[in-house]
Parts: sequence; structure tokens; C-alpha cells
Amino acid sequence: MSHWLYLHMRAMGQALQRLAAQPLGSMLSVLVIGIALALPACGYLLLDNIARLAHGVSGAPEISIFLAMDAKQAVIDEVMERLRDDEVVKTVRFVSRDNALQELERSGLDDVVRALPENPLPDAFVVTVKGDDPALFGELSARVKRWRGVEHVQLDSEWVDRLHALLELAKTAVLALACLLAFALVVITFNTIRLQILTQRHEIEVSRLLGATDPFIRRPFYWFACLQGVLGGVAALVAVWIVIGVLQSPTETLAAAYGAIFTLRGPNGMEALALVGFAAFLGWLGSALSVRRHLTERLR
Amino acid sequence: MIVFEHVTKRYPGGYTALADVSFTLRHGELAVLCGHSGAGKSTLLKMIAAIERPTRGRVLINGQDVSRLKPSAVPYLRRSLGLVMQDNRLLHDRSVFDNVVLPLVITGHPPKEAARRAAAALERVGLAGRGNERPIGLSGGEQQRLAIARAIVNRPSILIADEPTAHLDNAYAVEISRLFKSFNAAGVTVLVTTHDAALFMTNRPRRIILDHGKLVVGDGA
Ligand SMILES: Nc1ncnc2c1ncn2[C@@H]1O[C@H](COP(=O)(O)OP(=O)(O)O)[C@@H](O)[C@H]1O
Ligand SMILES: [Mg+2]
Repeated sequence: MSHWLYLHMRAMGQALQRLAAQPLGSMLSVLVIGIALALPACGYLLLDNIARLAHGVSGAPEISIFLAMDAKQAVIDEVMERLRDDEVVKTVRFVSRDNALQELERSGLDDVVRALPENPLPDAFVVTVKGDDPALFGELSARVKRWRGVEHVQLDSEWVDRLHALLELAKTAVLALACLLAFALVVITFNTIRLQILTQRHEIEVSRLLGATDPFIRRPFYWFACLQGVLGGVAALVAVWIVIGVLQSPTETLAAAYGAIFTLRGPNGMEALALVGFAAFLGWLGSALSVRRHLTERLR
Repeated sequence: MIVFEHVTKRYPGGYTALADVSFTLRHGELAVLCGHSGAGKSTLLKMIAAIERPTRGRVLINGQDVSRLKPSAVPYLRRSLGLVMQDNRLLHDRSVFDNVVLPLVITGHPPKEAARRAAAALERVGLAGRGNERPIGLSGGEQQRLAIARAIVNRPSILIADEPTAHLDNAYAVEISRLFKSFNAAGVTVLVTTHDAALFMTNRPRRIILDHGKLVVGDGA
């Protein structure tokens, strides 16, 4: 066990030496890896922030139920009763046509309202629903539509649904981008390790003659690629934090303009760890493939 | 103990470098392998270290059939041998010390012990205190001795060397041959190829002579 550990520590030391031996080259590689990882990471975080924002703004989705223009008080009471009894409905708020008109007036359209010959607005109910399963809204609205006196049902959650669909699409795009860039990183690492093996051909050959096993020869390459990946992952994190930092103040200003308080969130501990771990894994994968391809001894 | 049983080596391309070679080298023996250039001396040594495999026949090292060794077992065979190749195979971008200590690093010796043994090996070949130099700064004879130090640092029971005295002035060559004789005196089985068998004659070594891949003298094989 301690022997195994010793061999690994030695291989890691060797990998560090190789990294340090060409500081500029190593730095450029790390930067390339960092930027390649930062792109999808930023995309993921921005989408996550937008989703959070959307959730905050929409709150509990509402259903507006508009009655016929000539609805009598009896019809209003009946609808009210049935809504209160419905097990899906959470809250019910009645907005009379007079109230609705006042609201319209207050919203700055007083000129328009004054020009109207009569109140064009119907009585309405605003209903919130238990849970946030979109199927519940659909089912409820379909049911309510058939009731006597109900003219029109409008799902206020529609734009939220659309936004969610859009976010899903964007998420898929980010995932595809991440896969593409991950593939590119594996290819880059594959080539880096290939070049290292070429320049160390002589040393590898001599080591073999002196009794070096395959794992002994391969280990430093694995370590090199993993360490480079880890450094690239850290560089990506720094890039992400810079991007979030730059966007923070404009976002807060924008949110304030809408009377909301909103701060962009950066990657949390788990996400940061996952990013660095993923980068190390990609490095390992690239080096493993390269070592398999270029370091398998041809036995005669 | 090294045993060759009807060993034939045909290189890809069809050239027969060794033809039906049989001999036995007992533990603690000193043998000189002679023959013209191209006779198959290097090929024979490479077969002992499993660098080449026999086309036919068997090579046994301490009872183990090297010709049928799994690839994963080859490194462990090589660790039990001391190997000095024809071109000394030094790492010129490393220090003298790093070169000598490499076999011990490969076998995973603790650094302190490895350093101690490497220093002892350098002293043994007359390179004490030269550890921090680069091989390129050493003379031809010193480089050869460095290669020998690297070969013995693992305390092998068998030492094989391919023309260790080639390209050396006579004085250096004598020095090198003395080294091998002293290792042999300490119980190491030594097999050396050379153009100049006279260098080793004071010890009445076994003589193995190859001619165009055939064994012409085996001295009682
Ligand atoms: N890898 C190889 N492929 C083909 N022929 C080889 C190879 N190595 C050696 N030979 C040939 O085998 C013969 C014996 O070579 P070698 O064992 O090196 O002889 P020596 O060491 O006695 O000079 C030579 O004719 C050489 O050309
Ligand atoms: Mg030769």
C-alpha cells in the first residue's frame, strides 16, 4: 500500500516537473481547457439564474375566469360556490367589472377609459391552484369552461410554460455544446500526451530495459493529464466567477427597475467540485486513450 | 544459470542471426562471448533479457523459460539482470546520479536507501562524487563505467554486457575488464561479448564463440 502510494507520489512529482518545465506551454493549455469549460458552465449558470428569476416573478400561476357580460348575481354566487368547493383550487378572488375598470384607470389608461361609452369589462375570478403541475391548470380550465355563465378562461401560466420550454431548449443546446467541447478537450489531451511520449521515447525505452512495468511508465502521463485538467477546471471556475461578477451589477440594476431584488448566483461548492472533477476526468480519458495507442509495447 | 536449448533466431525479413545454439552457463561463471561483427552476439544477449524472442528453442534463466514469458512478467525478469547494452543507453538530460538510481526508482526503493546504494555503485566503478555531473561531461570510459554502475545497482545475480570495452583505449578496457572480473569474484554470473577476449583471459573464462550464428566453441556445453 505505502509502496503503491510512493509510486503514485513519484509519478505525480514527475508530472508536476513536466508541467513546470514548460510554464508558458502549460499555462496556455490550462487556459484553453479553462475557457472551453467556462463556456458551457456559464451557459448552465445563466439558464439556472433565469429559471430562478422566472419562478420568482410568476409566483403561483393564476387562472383568470371571465364571466359573460350579462352575468347575474346568482350566476356569480354559483360560480364562486363551485370554485370554493373545488379541491384543486387554492385561493379565489372576485374582481367585479367596476373594480376591473378602476384598476385599468389606475394603470395609466384613464384617457382610454373615459372615452369608453360603457364599461366593456366582465366580472372575473382570479384563482390559484394547489401544486404546480401544469396538467392541473389544463384540467381545471377545461372543467370551468363548461360551467354556466363562464365566457372565457385564461391561463396566466402560459408565458411561464413557454419560458420553461425555451429554457429546456437552451439547456439542451448548452449540453450539446458541453459534449462537443468535452470531446475537443479529450482530443487535445490525447495529442499533448502523444507528443510527450514522442519526446520521451528514449527514456521510456531505457526504463523498460531496466525493468519498468507498463503502469510505471504510464502513471506520470495520467497524472500530467489529470493535473492539467484540474488546473483547467480551476481556471474555468475563475472565468465563471469573473463573468458572474461582471454581470452582477447590471442585473441588480435591471431587477430594481422592475421593483425586484435579484442577485445572480455563482457555482456552489458541489458544482465547482463537479466542474473540476469533470475536467480531471476528461484529462484522464484523453491520456488513457493516448497511452493505450502509443505506449503499448510491441512484443516480438 | 543461463541455458540455451537449440535456439534459432530468424529476424523478420528472413535473416538467421542464430542457428541451433545450445550452451549452459552455470551460476557464478564468467563467460566471454566472441565472434566477428554480425555473428549474432548481441542477438544472443537480447534473448536473455527477452528483448528478442527465439524463433525456435528455449532460453532458461534460473530455470524460468524466458521465451514463453508473459509480457507482464518481462519487467521482473529484467530487474533480476544487470544489463549493459552496446550503446550505453544513458539518459543525457539527467545527472549521473539520476542515471544510476533509475533501476531503484523503478523497483520502488525508498529514496534514502536508493541514494545510498547509488552512491555505493558509483564508488564501486570509480565515479564517487561525480553524481551531480552530466553523462555528456564524462569520458567514454567513464560513461561505460556509469552504465555498469547502473547495471549492478540492483545487485543482480546475472550481469550481461555487450561490448563494454569497444571504442576504449587499452588502459580503460583493462580497467573495465577488471571490474567485471571483480563482480564475478563476488559471485555474479557474468556474460560479456568482446572482440578482445585476451582482456579476460587471466581468469580462464568460459569462451563461447559464434560464427555466422553458429556456435563453434562452447567449452563443454
Ligand atoms: N532487428 C533486426 N532485424 C533484422 N536483422 C537484424 C536485426 N538485428 C540484427 N540483425 C542481423 O542479425 C545479424 C546478427 O546481428 P548481431 O546479433 O547484432 O551481431 P553482433 O552483435 O555479433 O555483431 C546481423 O547480420 C544483423 O544484421
Ligand atoms: Mg553487437
